[in-house]
Amino acid sequence: MKKLLHILAASLISSAPVTGSTAEATVSDGKVKIGVLADMSGVYADACGPGCLEAVRMAVDNFGGSVLGAPIEVVSADDQNKPDLGAAKVREWIEQGQVDAVTGLVSTAVTGAATKLLTANERIALIVGAASNAFTTSECSPFNAHWTYDVVSLVAGTVKPMVESGKKKWFFITADYTFGYDLEKAATEIITASGGEVLGSVRAPLGTTDFSSYVLQAQASGAEVIAMANSSADLVNALKAASEFGITEMADVAGLLVVTTAAKAMDPSVAAGMNLTAPFYWDMDEVTRDWSARFKARSSVSIPTALHASAYSSTLHYLKAIEAAGTDEAKAVMAKMKTMPVNDVFSRNGYLRRDGRLVHDMYLVRIKGPSERESENDIFVVEKTLPGDDVYLSLEAGGCSFALNRQ
Amino acid sequence: MNKRTLYCALVVLALLAPLAVYPVFLMKVLCFGLFACAFNLLLGFGGLLSFGHAAFLGTGAYVTGYAMSTWGLTPEIGLLVGTLASAALGLVYGALAVRREGIYFAMVTLALAQLMFFVYLQAPFTGGEDGLQGIPRGQLLGVVDLQSNMAMYYLVLAIFSGGFLLIHRTIHSPFGQVLKAIRDNEARAISLGYQVDRYKLLVFVISAALAGLAGATKTLVFQLASLNDVHWLMSGEVVLMTLVGGMGTFLGPLVGAGVLVSVEHALSSGTLGAYVHVAMGMIFVLCVLLFRRGIVGEFPHLVSKLAKGIRRRLPMR
Amino acid sequence: MSIFPEINLFGLFSQLLVGMINGSFYALLSLGLAIIFGLLRIINFAQGAFYMLGAFGAWLSLQFLGLNYWWALLLVPVGVGLLGTLLERTLIRRISGEGELYSLLLTFGVALIVQGLFSKWFGVSGLPYQVPELLQGGIRLPVMYLPTYRVWILLLSLGVCLAAWLLIERTRLGSYLRAGTENPQLMKAFGINVPLIVTLTYSFGVALAGLAGVLAAPVYSVSPLMGSNILIVVFAIVVIGSMGSIGGAILTGLGMGVIEGLTKYFYPEASATVIFLVMVLVLIFKPAGLFARAA
Repeated sequence: MKKLLHILAASLISSAPVTGSTAEATVSDGKVKIGVLADMSGVYADACGPGCLEAVRMAVDNFGGSVLGAPIEVVSADDQNKPDLGAAKVREWIEQGQVDAVTGLVSTAVTGAATKLLTANERIALIVGAASNAFTTSECSPFNAHWTYDVVSLVAGTVKPMVESGKKKWFFITADYTFGYDLEKAATEIITASGGEVLGSVRAPLGTTDFSSYVLQAQASGAEVIAMANSSADLVNALKAASEFGITEMADVAGLLVVTTAAKAMDPSVAAGMNLTAPFYWDMDEVTRDWSARFKARSSVSIPTALHASAYSSTLHYLKAIEAAGTDEAKAVMAKMKTMPVNDVFSRNGYLRRDGRLVHDMYLVRIKGPSERESENDIFVVEKTLPGDDVYLSLEAGGCSFALNRQ
Repeated sequence: MNKRTLYCALVVLALLAPLAVYPVFLMKVLCFGLFACAFNLLLGFGGLLSFGHAAFLGTGAYVTGYAMSTWGLTPEIGLLVGTLASAALGLVYGALAVRREGIYFAMVTLALAQLMFFVYLQAPFTGGEDGLQGIPRGQLLGVVDLQSNMAMYYLVLAIFSGGFLLIHRTIHSPFGQVLKAIRDNEARAISLGYQVDRYKLLVFVISAALAGLAGATKTLVFQLASLNDVHWLMSGEVVLMTLVGGMGTFLGPLVGAGVLVSVEHALSSGTLGAYVHVAMGMIFVLCVLLFRRGIVGEFPHLVSKLAKGIRRRLPMR
Repeated sequence: MSIFPEINLFGLFSQLLVGMINGSFYALLSLGLAIIFGLLRIINFAQGAFYMLGAFGAWLSLQFLGLNYWWALLLVPVGVGLLGTLLERTLIRRISGEGELYSLLLTFGVALIVQGLFSKWFGVSGLPYQVPELLQGGIRLPVMYLPTYRVWILLLSLGVCLAAWLLIERTRLGSYLRAGTENPQLMKAFGINVPLIVTLTYSFGVALAGLAGVLAAPVYSVSPLMGSNILIVVFAIVVIGSMGSIGGAILTGLGMGVIEGLTKYFYPEASATVIFLVMVLVLIFKPAGLFARAA
């Protein structure tokens, strides 16, 4: 009899965390709510946008739709790349919608505004699209998790080998805003450290359609490499002008942030042979191909991007951390996120560092020439894996104060 | 008498509204409402279509934002500084613009506003594309903590009411009467000996100052000033608000702002963002073709038509 | 020379050349706007949308009808012109004679709708369109490598501008046009179908934008936002060249291309703004525009 009671008591205790009544106690307001804030219709819509929203939904579905017995809800909004719209939406989500975490976060400006609000209200930011490394260094926060890439890791794999192969003279065509400056700065540091020199740079307003003047200036500088510190439509247009004016025949062009959608929009005969650093490629191995097929089946994207996979990965990891922590309270969840390794379709050998940086393998890829391509989405060849610790800035070099102080 | 009842009802409604509706949404409506009222003072009562009013909204926003986050000014001083800066800009721009008429006036203001856009994009203190972020709301008069949305709402309501009353007073003053005379027949006003340009300049400055106040208040609410505030599309949006609500009516601009902010809000969720422009375009087209007087302007006509219709159907007793 | 020690004369010259080519393109776009305003007093803010439709017309007719660049160059402007006819007959006609500003607001609304729908349908990344085979490659000048297609833009734009200017200012048809819009009552009395003239003029002005769109498709990405980016610049050109002056629009377009080219060389960040500086100065010192006719 006594033994029976013991067994009964033990089973009660062990089963306690999964019963409904406890779930309500550990998950605030009875559900876990994730907000997807992205540019849904503007220049970055194809890179992340509706695709990221679908990727988050897919992660939620794959997780089973609920965590700790509480349903998972996904809401989304179009920030149109405007920090004021994005901030207003995040504020509303926090004050009205009990949103627990926000992902997407593509433009640097919107991300800056959103993370400040999220940190002030102790909610988690899963940064997928923004590339500035400020979010884990000078503006780091215990509530930021920066997933896909940053400017340092993007240039690390691309720039150094080029300088070392003898391409010493560089010229930048830089998007005239923070993201462009950060990218140029990160690349310049590597170029000068590797013994190259930067001959000059020109800042082109965001959304420039005619880059002919800028590529002519790049040519006039006598540079051996023209580096494009911009992305998406700007990158495509700049490359178009470079090839039109015959500059691609005299100098190399280095794309510093090339998402697959942009790579697809480039003229294959011009882009062929360009080396770049990518955090993910859909056709990399069996796992990515399988995931991409499932993802394409449920979304309308023409080609899965690194940002889509990253949105999926970050959401999944967040949900796993809630389950492991037994609560959706931000600090506890973040602590779990930083102790659990991240290995999935997107992140290989990944771990979320104390400063919020996801350190994971990146890849040196080459853009295929027209004759190599077997289908319209056959764009990259993965040449080399770049271990995360080699390409990301170290914790010490980043100088995130709260992460260093805890040591 | 009837109007007074209406205004009283509105005030009561405004005081109770935040109990039912998300206060930040209401504050946005009030800020844009004040902006549109300021614009309407110029267009509806002065007959001057400025296509660059975003410059004043943005100046108020940036100057207040900068003053509060860098110099640590209190909210009331911050708002004042932003408004004054905007008024000063209005004086300069107005002096250049009021000598032109019609489409040329619209074009000068547009071009001048584009120059300000450039300044706010490039100047080192504005944060470029990022804008000014994390501006503190501060404590009003050192006592009221504006971090609370409720406190903030009543401040915004007070600011809007103040601006609204100022416009009301201006229109009903002798100055306002002269202004209307100029709008309706400028040549006649000149022949009567009025220095038309001075009147235009003064109303331009008042309008700029109030637009600046609206921008400054918006900065305080959202703790952020951005390029969106100075973009030429913002200048287009305020035209639309005024047109939708009713040009030359007192409440029209507020109603128009309410409609537009609601439409934007309804379409901001999910992936419908692209339709914001489609919806705005349709409103533009419908207004120009069908509701030239705007919602508030059409309303009395609709009522009288309806009344006529009813009277016709009812046999006289 | 001592002020700008870094000036590279070759570089500067190539910038001027590129500026002139862009200017010829601006001239073509401004021309349509100036014709519509000069003859009809309609401020056509939808001009940018029609320009975008021209580029999309070229892309769509290649994708779905298999029509190559040359067919597109011929047919798309006609198609865009017909869309203009539709717009004029259904909407713009209703507000004729009610002031310029209402036409601005109406066409602005139409432009927003068209642009929004295309963004939703095609995304905004931009769609590629190849330079036709005949015009690929380029000429190696001492200062730079000049792509053949840019030369084509320069020649075609200037040719069309000249032809349109001659048509309107120097022929009998042109004088009917000008008379018909200046004094409709009188022309009606002479038995001339004024509404038809209005429709034709609007369609022609819009077709020019469509032509510019086709011309632009191979060098700029075909994107729903291409029209709104350029519209406000072109608008400024028309104002600077004095509204309605066709010759003024053409010359100003060329001039602004060169000024913009120089700005891109000396102070690239301001290249999108310099035109407004010019506009402010012109409106202050020569309010009717640079090429205003004595009224």
